[in-house]
Amino acid sequence: MHELAVTQAIIDAITEKTGEARICSVRLEIGVLSGVLVDAVRFCFDLVAEGTPVEGAVLVVDEPPGRVRCRDCDEVFGADHLILLCPACGSAHAEVLSGRELLIKSVEVSPACAPPAGAPG
Amino acid sequence: MCATCGCSGVTVELEQRVLAHNDDLAHRNREWFAEREVLAVNLMSSPGAGKTTLLERTIRDLDGGVTVSVVEGDQETAFDAERIRATGCRAVQINTGAGCHLDAAMLARAVHELDPPTRSVVFVENVGNLVCPALFDLGESYRVVIMSATEGEDKPLKYPHMFGTADVVVLNKVDLLPHLDFAVDTFVRSLRQVNQRAEILPLSATTGAGIDAWCGQLRDWM
Repeated sequence: MHELAVTQAIIDAITEKTGEARICSVRLEIGVLSGVLVDAVRFCFDLVAEGTPVEGAVLVVDEPPGRVRCRDCDEVFGADHLILLCPACGSAHAEVLSGRELLIKSVEVSPACAPPAGAPG
Repeated sequence: MCATCGCSGVTVELEQRVLAHNDDLAHRNREWFAEREVLAVNLMSSPGAGKTTLLERTIRDLDGGVTVSVVEGDQETAFDAERIRATGCRAVQINTGAGCHLDAAMLARAVHELDPPTRSVVFVENVGNLVCPALFDLGESYRVVIMSATEGEDKPLKYPHMFGTADVVVLNKVDLLPHLDFAVDTFVRSLRQVNQRAEILPLSATTGAGIDAWCGQLRDWM
């Protein structure tokens, strides 16, 4: 369950950048080949955010699909896992073009935003 | 507009890699190892594949006056560090508690305590787990994935993230092959679907078969 550590890294990176400012939404990019389960991050998010300025924030996750180029025949194909066999020539010699993203894209900051019920401050 | 309460929020673009902090610390570890000319090898496997036994054997068989020290990662207990110390080698145990992998910060603390001499080898025995450690760069020089012949030939396909990152894949417990329904060529085909470049080293840490090639690989890396 490395998603707990990943989610902790997300909250730490945000609060390092935005300090005490209240965060009302967080936009992430988690590619389908990144090795990180979006559902598990969602499960961890509220727990890790509790007691931080990110508590109660809406989590938006974009999931870029896997796109792969065969290094042998140049075929470009989609992949939803890391067994990257070219459908045209069968080669496993492949380069991932997208799908490995693991990014904090943006956050929405609002000093005026009402904190959720029960949140400190 | 803010989705929580409808207030007018300000969007702050971050475009930041989630693991940027870990990767920065890993980069520092890599520089630290390079300054001391230390070879750092990250050993990863499922629990019970034989990481500690391979280390005990390696410490015995890696001759030529090479100093070896070990960082042991486990959720609990210092059993493995004690096994390594019994060979006369320095070892630092990290207990991750609920954590399922080592990260670059944990390794930095451990190697500063270990204080390995110049031109030596540091083995990092990661937490036994074929999923989580794959994602975290420690700043190691090389990654070795160990799997045992008792685990099944298709394991590389089941854990492509882990096997895909390996520089070397050790197939351990080959002394048991006569008793197992394990086809080495099927295993190699499985591995090649997720990793075309990794060196494959079949060996038995118990009998010592194949250990020369493994020690040769380590000497090539030094």
